[in-house]
Order: sequence, then structure tokens, then C-alpha cells
Amino acid sequence: MLAGATAIFAMVAILITLAFRRGRRAEGKDEARSVRVWILGLGLGFSMTILAALLGFGLFIGERLLPRGGEEVVTVGAEGRQWAWTFRYEGRAPTEDVLHIPAGRPVDVAVTTTDVIHSFWIPRLAGKLDAIPGHTNILRIEADSPGTFAGLSAEYSGPGYDSFSFSVVAHGPAEWDAFLAGQTE
Amino acid sequence: MNALRQHRRLDRIWASAPGFRGWFSTVNHTDLGRMFLVTAFTFFLIGGLLAMLIRAQLATPDSAFAGPEIYNQIFTMHGTIMMFLFAIPTFEGMAIYLLPKMLGTRDLAFPRLTAYGFWCYVFGGTMLLVSLLFGIAPDGGWFMYPPLTGPIYSPGINTDFWLIGITFVEISAIAAAVELTVSILKYRAPGMSLDKMPIFAWYALVTALMILTGFPPLILGSVLLEVERAFGLPFFQADLGGDSLLWQHLFWLFGHPEVYIIFLPAAGVISTILPVMCRTTLLGYGWIVASAVALAFLSFGLWVHHMFTTGIPHMGLAFFSAASTLVAVPTGVQVFAWIGTMWKGRPELRLPMLHLLGFFITFVIGGLTGVMVAVVPFDWQVHDTAFVTAHLHYVLFGGFVFPILAAIYYWLPHMSGRKRFFRLGGIAFALIFVGFHVTFLAMHWVGLLGQRRRISTYEVEDGWTLINFISSIGGFITAIGIAIVIIDVIIQVFAATRGERNPWRAGTLEWAMMTPPPSYNFATLPHVTSREPLAEDPGLATRLARGEGYLPAPEEDWRETLTVEPATGRPDFHVIYPANTHLPIVMAAVTGTFFLSLLLKVYWFTPFALAGVALLALRWVWVLGRREDLPPRAIGRGLEVPTAAAVDRPPGWWGSLFLLIANATFFGSLIFGYAFLWTVAPGWPPPALLAPSLVELAIGLGGAALGTVAARLATRANRKGGAPLPALAGAGLGAAMVAGACIAFLLRAPPPAEHAYSATLFILGGYGLFHAGLALLMLGFVSAQTVRGYTSPGRRAVFPIVSLWLDYLALTGAAILLAAHLPGMLG
Repeated sequence: MLAGATAIFAMVAILITLAFRRGRRAEGKDEARSVRVWILGLGLGFSMTILAALLGFGLFIGERLLPRGGEEVVTVGAEGRQWAWTFRYEGRAPTEDVLHIPAGRPVDVAVTTTDVIHSFWIPRLAGKLDAIPGHTNILRIEADSPGTFAGLSAEYSGPGYDSFSFSVVAHGPAEWDAFLAGQTE
Repeated sequence: MNALRQHRRLDRIWASAPGFRGWFSTVNHTDLGRMFLVTAFTFFLIGGLLAMLIRAQLATPDSAFAGPEIYNQIFTMHGTIMMFLFAIPTFEGMAIYLLPKMLGTRDLAFPRLTAYGFWCYVFGGTMLLVSLLFGIAPDGGWFMYPPLTGPIYSPGINTDFWLIGITFVEISAIAAAVELTVSILKYRAPGMSLDKMPIFAWYALVTALMILTGFPPLILGSVLLEVERAFGLPFFQADLGGDSLLWQHLFWLFGHPEVYIIFLPAAGVISTILPVMCRTTLLGYGWIVASAVALAFLSFGLWVHHMFTTGIPHMGLAFFSAASTLVAVPTGVQVFAWIGTMWKGRPELRLPMLHLLGFFITFVIGGLTGVMVAVVPFDWQVHDTAFVTAHLHYVLFGGFVFPILAAIYYWLPHMSGRKRFFRLGGIAFALIFVGFHVTFLAMHWVGLLGQRRRISTYEVEDGWTLINFISSIGGFITAIGIAIVIIDVIIQVFAATRGERNPWRAGTLEWAMMTPPPSYNFATLPHVTSREPLAEDPGLATRLARGEGYLPAPEEDWRETLTVEPATGRPDFHVIYPANTHLPIVMAAVTGTFFLSLLLKVYWFTPFALAGVALLALRWVWVLGRREDLPPRAIGRGLEVPTAAAVDRPPGWWGSLFLLIANATFFGSLIFGYAFLWTVAPGWPPPALLAPSLVELAIGLGGAALGTVAARLATRANRKGGAPLPALAGAGLGAAMVAGACIAFLLRAPPPAEHAYSATLFILGGYGLFHAGLALLMLGFVSAQTVRGYTSPGRRAVFPIVSLWLDYLALTGAAILLAAHLPGMLG
């Protein structure tokens, strides 16, 4: 996307610069031809081609990121409030500000809030999804291997917003079972 | 000698009072345009100062400059001031100053409304500044998402300043939009058909129509949120059937068109200046008009792209992502048409052109990053980071500030009648251009590294220290550049040498007059036969000054002008404007007491303020009346046209029409909110519905029909020389029946604070009651005019106006009653 944008920018810059070159004969009278080249060709044709390609690409990628059903999916709850997160699991006590997930398995996070709007964001694992009062939003995440990831709350939520963050710990299969059994915190 | 005598005579009629006293009573568009621009730039400087505070805060990690409480006010006010108190008023000021001159006429359609809008803007803006000085400014971010801004999480007065102050300021936006629309459609030089209008007028027309349909959702949202905060009506509280997403929809329904409301006037400036700088004409005039219109339509279809992370259903995402990329097509058409214009002509690197190049570079980058964030998966990552902040500054600074700087340098000789003295402009441009790109390229980068927007501080470990420092340095360089522009402008206005007329050899009519412009613009009105009348006939200015155009003989103390048929430009009727008056500033002040009483919660005073506004409004229209018929007016070239009082579509009818379009958008947004809450919000259906009543429904609908039919009968009776009073009384009965039906269901509805359903019924009923009251007031006014002999078949213009308002009451009244009673019948 960056390369494409740079190329288009360079093209526009060159076209503008060329308009200033010395000794150039002004295109002058042939207005119909100018309209064909500039407006129909570049304005409509060029813009629409690029945008159609980009849109297709975006929808394709977006499709892949959507939650799909499957027996391996783990569901956890993420409940935001000013300025902490509570994470809930099936068959285990909730945790505060640290989300535990199994590595190598898709996880659906049910994002909710008890007060104002927050946004749930683990930059390394997925895009962000808002926590909106009265609604439950589902975000699909998956960590390829065990490790710790930084999480952020990404919707302005008042004075405590600066340091409103959490962390995510992805466990291997054995560790995950131990966590669910309540043996590790 | 003849020209000088003409000038003296006209100037005596049109001039405002001398000295600073004149500011308070002037209704002249040249004065008010200048006052708008100076005020808007004052706010730009204040907003810029806040930007510098933000950059000072973020220049170093763990900054101790301001705590989050103060910092939150600073960034909220920076965004609010730049959007509402700088960008929109700058467009209004520019259009108010330029349009009558470009269109070859003497003033805008409603001169007193121009002044009223200006004073509302000044008073409303002052309210916000006062809150900033006392440290109680809004602090919820410029888009004010509830529930953070609701009564529970923001109990202080801060948020009220925003909701009430901005609504007050929006009166001026709506007033200006009505005024500009009517002026562009009706107030042009004879012969100027739509396809001969200067391109700037087309852009201004599209922008004004967008304001009329874009601002009402925001005004509605502000009203609902303020009512929730003040009286506990739960529109945005999830546990009582409200939904905070409703605010996001209403806000962005306004907020996205707003981006184009800001960009389109700037594009109009570019389309006007660029061909002059290239010694040619604009390439593809028709295509450019079509793209501006297409942009306006598309921009209303993509507000949801600000809400990609709110959990919108998947198909919705695909649709709005497609719409968001599609909007880049008409923008692309315009950009390439401009480059094609440069190729067609011979571009010259004069100062306005430098700023236009600054626009091209900056705006293209902003557009490209905009296309990136329209791609949903990318948006999910960068949403609410500094990347988005950087993107929007590229679009707004590139797409608005650079063109406005070009406009300042292009039209300053027109306003001042002088030429530049010191050559400071080039240095200023270099500083602004370099400073801006350093600031915001760095901000893109730090955003991609994960810096969220609106944080007041960050840690050394985040690794953003150097980038932020560079960004802040860039910000201060920009500020120095802006300061030099101000010095340059001040020198030119007060100290430079006299300049020649039309220094750029432009072809549009605003240059066909002396500079600085005389109070009446044109001594006589031109007959227009091409898009660039001055290029066709360089001696036009002299001929008009000598009295060779329309309206050659000024009569009595009349401020006169002509209107045209909107499409063809054929002369339509003759208008006599009201002269200087203090009425606008007094009415704006009384309007201000209404908003102040809400802000300070002195609710016992609110009805008095409303009554004051109503009394002044009655006086406002009463003074326009006459007791004798005016004969048709000879306007020169052997033509004769009727006066405005003797036509069925007077200026007031056109003004009402467009005001009602804005009003209908407001009402439509309310109905949308009702349907949205019913279908999407949690906690619906409500515990109890209003018990439907066929009797009430029949009375209300019957009253609506009676009102609209009787008002038409009154119009007809007056035109035929009969007695309109019985029909007027019938219309009054109809309006009273609508009011009665509204009161009846309001009394029976569940308490409004109980659930969003009953809260919405309360607002709907209040809306119907208000408009029924308004209709009664108007009917009373026309009846009084009739009794006192102010109406006749030749003075019939007030009747169709009142009839239009009764039609509107009938439509909305019926919709309100059905919305209240139907659910109970079906459920």
C-alpha cells in the first residue's frame, strides 16, 4: 500500500513539475482533447482502476480476519471500566489486567464495558474493537506461539486514559490446562 | 463627473455609520464579510496557540507541563475551535464578502440575517473562550462521545459549554447557508444563467446545501445530549433503552460531510485562482461542477467509516468501505482537472500559486492516507492513533489552510486596494510548508509505532521521544511562518502603497469595481453574457460606474437590487433592502440570554428569553411592510419588473424553503434516532407503550389538513381582493388542533426520564407543539398586517410564506402523531 501510494504521489508531483517546464508550448485550444486525457483518462479511469483493486484487496483481507466457527475456538470475556480490564474464562476465576489465552488456537474475545466506551487493542495480534455500553462485540485473535503481548485501551476515556493498558499471556497447551485448573495466576 | 456623482449618491444610501459604531449596526456584506474573516482568524490564532501547547506537552516523555485534566481541555478545544470557530466561519466570511461581487449584485438576500449570524457566532464563540479562561472548558474530545460526556461521567459544566455554545454558533452556520443558497439562486446579475456562474459560486452553493443537510443531525445530537444531562432523559444510557451509538451516528452523519463542507470552498478557491495564475480558463467546468455535486452526495453515504471499530455488521463494513473509496473518484477528477488546467496554460510562480502548490503536495498525501484508512483491516490497526491525527491534518491543512492562504494573498489587494510592500510572503510560505510536513510526517510515523491520540504523556521506554521532539520543532516552525503571514497582511492593509485595479488580470466580476470596494459594489448592474465578463470586456468597470448598466437611476433612499430566475438568469423582480439597524445585534444578544439561561440552569428565565426573541422577530418582519402598492420598476434597457411584495415567490419564501429543508433534516434525524433505538438499542421494546387514541389522532390529522387548506384559501382570497381573515382564523384553528393533539399524548405518555422511548415521545411532542406555536404566531402576524392595511393583491408576498410553514406543520405534525400512536395500535 505504501509503495503504491508513493508511486501515485510521485506521478502527481512529476505532472505538476512538467507543467512548469520552460519553452513548453501551452496545450492551448484543443480543450476536448485535454478533457479526454485529464478528466476521462486520469481523473475517472485511473482513479477508479486503482480504487477498485484496493477495495477488492481490503475486502479479501478483511474476510480472512472474520471470526468463523470451529470446535477449537476458546471464548473469553473482556470487560472494560475506567481504567481497568476484567477478563473472564469458562470454569475459572476472572483475572485483572492480564489476559490469558492458549497459543496456536483461535480465541474469541467478547468485549464489553460497564461504564464509558473503551477500545480493546492488542496491536501484535489483531485490530481494535470497541467496548460499547449495552453491546457485546466479538473479536477473533490468535497467538502463533507462547509469549507476552502488550495490550492497549484505544478509545479516549477521560483522565486515566494515558496509562490504560493491559497485557496478554499466550500459553502452551500444558500451561493453559494448568491455568484453567487455577494453578497459575 | 457623472460617475463621481453616481458614486456620491449611492454611497450616501449604502454606507454604514462611520467609525467603530458602524460595526454594530452595519448590515452590509462587505463589512460583515471582513468582520467574519477577522474574527475567524482570531480564533485560528487561539486554536493554533493551543496546538503549540499540545506540541510542548508531547515534546518530551513524562511531561510535567500540564496534567491530563488541563491537557484534555486543550486538545478538545483545539479541535473544536479549528472546526467550528475557524474553518466554517472562514468559508462563511469569504462567501459573504465575495459572492455578491462575483455574481454582479449589491448585497446578499437577507442583509440583517448576515449580521444576526455574525453576532451569534461572536457571542457563542465567546462563551467557549470564557470556559477556556476559567479552566472549565469541554474535555471529552471534539467528538464528545457519550457516555463519557453524559451526566454520570462528566457531571461538571464543561460539556454543557460545548453543547450549548456550539449550538449557538451553528445558528450562524444555518443562517449563512440559507442566505448563500438563496443569494446564489436568485441574486445574480441579469443574464447570468447557471452555466455562466463563476465556479466559486457553484462550490459555495453545494457547500451551503451541505451545511443545511449536514448540520441538523449534530444540532439534534447536541439537543438530545443536553436534555439528557439537564433533565435525565436517557437517550444515550444503555440501561434505560438509550444507546451511545446513536450519538456516534448523529455526530458522524454531520462529521463526515463536514470534511467536505470544509474542503469544497477551498476547492472553489483553487478552481478560481489557478486558471488566473496559469493565464488560461478552467479545464472541464462542467465536470468540476458535477464532481462537486457527486462529492456532496457521496459524503453523506460514508459516515460509518468513522465507526469501523464499533462492531458494525460485516456487510455494512463492506458497503461503507466501498463508498469511502468511491468518494476519492470525484476528488481525483478535480485534482487532474486542475493539473490539466496548468498544462493548458502557462503557470507563473506568484505567491498565491506557491500556496496552491503547497496544497497539491499536502492534499494528495492526505488523500492517499485517507484511502488507506478506508481499507477496513488497516483502519482497525491505526484507528485512534496519531496516524489518523496526522491524516486529518494533511487533509484539513492541505485541503483548507493552504488554499485559504492562497486566497488571502489573491484577494488582499481587493480588500485593501494596495499592493505588497515587503516580500515576506515567500519566506512565510517556506516556513509553513517545511514546518507542517516535519510535524505531521513524524506524527504518521509515531502513530504507526502505536502512539494513541489524546494521550497526555508517554514513557521513555516507548521509544517515541525523538520523533515527538522533531514533530514539536516542526510545529513551532509552522507557527513562526503563520506569524510572518500576519505581519505581512497587517503591513499591506495599513501601510503599503496603492495598487492598481485587477492586479492579476482576472476575468470575474469582483474585479470590475474600485478597490477597496465601494459600499454598493456596482454603481449599475452588469448584463452578463459569459463566464468571465471582465476578460471579454476590460472596460466594463468604467462603463458600469458611468451608469451604463441596470438600475441607472437610484431612487429615494432605496438600497435596490434585482433578482433573476434561477436557471435562465432573466430578470425576475426588484428588491429594496432594509438599511443599517441595531436589530440583529440586539436579537443575537437576546438569543444569547436564552442559551445562557440553559447553561447556567436558570430555567425560569428561559421562557422570557424566548418571548423576547419572538417579539424581536415580529418587529424584524413588521418593519418591512408598506401601506401602499409600489408600481413595477423600470430597470433600464427598456425592461420593467414587479417589486418583491407583488410576487408569489418572494425572497422570504425562498429563505423559508431552505430553512425548512434544514429543519426537515433535523426532524428526519429525530425519526431516524427513534427507529434506530427501537431496532438496535438494548432494552427495547419499552415496558409500556402509549395507549393509542383514535380521537386524538383524528383531531390532530384533521387540524393538520385544515391548517394547510385554509392557509391556501387565505392566499387566494387576498390575491383576488377578498377578505383573508376568515380563512386565516380557520388555519389558526387547524394549528391549535395539532397543538392539542400533541399536548394530549404528552400528558398521557409515561414519564420521559423512565425510558428512551418516552423520552423520544417527549421530544417529538415538543417539536410538534413548537411548530404549531410558530404557525399561530405567523398567522397572528398576517392577520394584524391585514387589519392594519399592510396587505393587498399587490402586497401579497407574506401569504405564500405562511402557507409554506403550515404545509410543513401538517407534514411533521402528521408524522409525529403517527409515530406516537401507531406502535400502540400495532403492538
